[in-house]
Amino acid sequence: MKMLTNILSSVLRPKGAAGQLWGQGSAALMWTDFWELSMRALAPFMTAVRGAGGSTNNEASFETRPYKLHRLDEPPQASTTCTRDDALLYYRQMQIIRRLESASGNLYKEKAVRGFCHLYSGQEAICVGIRGALRPEDSVITAYRDHGWAYVMGCSVVGVMAELTGRSQGVARGKGGSMHMYTKNFFGGNGIVGAQVPVGAGVALANKYLDRKAICVSLYGDGAANQGQLFEAYNMAKLMNLPAVFICENNGYGMGTSVDRASASVNYYTRGDYVPGIWIDGMDVLSVREALRYSIDYCTTGGPSGHGRGPLVLEVATYRYHGHSMSDPGTSYRTRDEIQEVRQTRDPIMLFKDQIVSAGLATAEELKKIDSEVRKEVDDAVKIAKTDKEIPIQELAADIYVNPQETTIRGCTPYDPYTHQRIRKVINLH
Amino acid sequence: MAVTATRIAKSLTGVLGRSFSTSRVAAANQLTVRDALNSALDEEMERDENVFLMGEEVAQYDGAYKVSRGLWKKYGDQRVIDTPITEAGFAGIAVGAALGGLRPVCEFMTFNFSMQAIDHVINSAAKTFYMSAGLLHVPIVFRGPNGAAAGVGAQHSQCFGAWYSHCPGLKVVSPYNSEDAKGLLKAAIRDPDPVVVLENELMYGTAFPVTDEVLSNEFVLPIGKAKIEREGSHITLVAHSRAVMVALEAATALAGEGVECEVINLRSLRPLDEETIVQSVIKTHNLVTVEQGWPQSGVGSEICARIVESPAFHYLDSPVIRVTGVDVPMPYAKSLEVACIPQQHDVVKAVKKVLKLIK
Repeated sequence: MKMLTNILSSVLRPKGAAGQLWGQGSAALMWTDFWELSMRALAPFMTAVRGAGGSTNNEASFETRPYKLHRLDEPPQASTTCTRDDALLYYRQMQIIRRLESASGNLYKEKAVRGFCHLYSGQEAICVGIRGALRPEDSVITAYRDHGWAYVMGCSVVGVMAELTGRSQGVARGKGGSMHMYTKNFFGGNGIVGAQVPVGAGVALANKYLDRKAICVSLYGDGAANQGQLFEAYNMAKLMNLPAVFICENNGYGMGTSVDRASASVNYYTRGDYVPGIWIDGMDVLSVREALRYSIDYCTTGGPSGHGRGPLVLEVATYRYHGHSMSDPGTSYRTRDEIQEVRQTRDPIMLFKDQIVSAGLATAEELKKIDSEVRKEVDDAVKIAKTDKEIPIQELAADIYVNPQETTIRGCTPYDPYTHQRIRKVINLH
Repeated sequence: MAVTATRIAKSLTGVLGRSFSTSRVAAANQLTVRDALNSALDEEMERDENVFLMGEEVAQYDGAYKVSRGLWKKYGDQRVIDTPITEAGFAGIAVGAALGGLRPVCEFMTFNFSMQAIDHVINSAAKTFYMSAGLLHVPIVFRGPNGAAAGVGAQHSQCFGAWYSHCPGLKVVSPYNSEDAKGLLKAAIRDPDPVVVLENELMYGTAFPVTDEVLSNEFVLPIGKAKIEREGSHITLVAHSRAVMVALEAATALAGEGVECEVINLRSLRPLDEETIVQSVIKTHNLVTVEQGWPQSGVGSEICARIVESPAFHYLDSPVIRVTGVDVPMPYAKSLEVACIPQQHDVVKAVKKVLKLIK
């Protein structure tokens, strides 16, 4: 009976060129309705495969999207298993991020968020998929499109949103802002394009030195992919055999510049040259997850010492619905049609929902329930983010140094000095 | 008896960060600045296995200036790492290593090359503890020779004291002699915050007499505390790094003419030991700063501004005067290069002008 479900899933599950849904636009929507009707009609014949006591399965297999390889013989697994718990988790995480980013955009328009605000909507499958593969000992570092990352790495929705509005419950007490969110094993949130990549290689060095058998994932965009310091990082990571996974989140545009106008080579997964690479369809959360499982194994097993085969350069093809930041409408360098097409045919949340409902891991009703829980959680967080207070002015002089030799901090004039305080517990003390 | 008492006093006061070199004890120990740095690195690497050194030629070449001689042989590949000539990359990697649990000492062959990596020193290292509101610290040391050497031309002679000491989140030290070099580098490595250690290539080979205490593996100097190298009552000279030597030479020459200079060795540029300078100026009523770096927005400018804003202003008998490098990129021709760096006679002239001994 499980075989029947699998057969049905693979036959009826939309297949096509990487990133393309079978059928397009409204045809795809009709297809989903048809599928749901069919499932209900077939339900009585499928009782044998249901999990005990429920109307859903506990586990299902899925094909991963085809990968492209650079200097590798073996691809990540062609199929993967997803449990019901994971399915619900990934769905919820992606919806939280989608909702959170939408709310952040609104807060920005209301001027409750100032300065920079770079939204991750459309790219959710990447951070959720990667997080689905990482173990607690693994680390992540990314650039400024970090809200989704901060969330999956452990920051609460309130913590992220209050940081955006600069309030005391923000993950950096409001002192960092949109681009500077941190938590254990998550090293930001970095504002300087490309700088996070060698820093991430350095975290991988520490992992290797301290024999943690852990990787560090360094994310960057297609715009950052041309930065010289990336190649310096690849070089040293390869020489030193570091457990570093460099990942390009290729959303097609570096600010307003399309990839073909910025990069002489747009095959970012090959740009590591002597560093092996993998191209991944970033709209499929399970494909992303599987590629990271492969990467973790690659970086922590085998090789000259048995502790890893060195770095990898991954490219995850994705799309961002919003402009580069809130100052960019995102339509001067691409068409609305293009954005619409992705939303309707390649949206990662929609695709995953279809997958898990088709496979009987979840029902449409319970996903709707998750949707309303997510809505409430984000709405509640927005309320807090708007009403929470900023930290007291005196705290602007807090936590400049772990060990300040001088506790008087000069103010705007010599007449009103501040006193250095130490407020928070350092989480990477060593 | 008097000799022993002085040596004891010197040992005790060494720890407090202020000691008086007017003692005429010829210490048995001679230590070059190079060896002082080498032993600081060796001792700290022995003490904490998470301390490691990385930079160009630091391992198999024994260091471009031999500062890391013997360390690779003793500690091996994992702890003494030769990097490619890619400052932006390896400085970033060093910062990541510090974030990830290690205590890297990142060497720049000279601080001129740190300009290629300065984004990592400031934006990745110095600001992170603050931006994370105290969650993530970066216990890193950036070290290497700073300022003018001899005949190396404009691109290899810049002093970075002003630029680095400008930035909150960093600590900046600038040792002059062997005692400074050892004590401050050890302090920097033990410090949980990012520290820039500005050494001086021309001082590496200079030997200084040091006490047994300096030779011990627990000899650490406090960051942020200046040292009065020579007591005096007529005028205060403040300098850092090799300019301290020039100030001391000038002080010796001036003493022969009855002018007693108090020479302060800053040791640290950030935090700057304002209090020591203020107290000295209150005593002497006159101040001349001496540095090799350029005048505009320099270390001397900062000292002058601080004194003017302090109680010491009302004790000044004349304006604060700065003696600095000439405001040009460093020329190569020897006589020009000498003219561009403050010499003894420049300091003597400034002192005499300030004390109105000459017009």
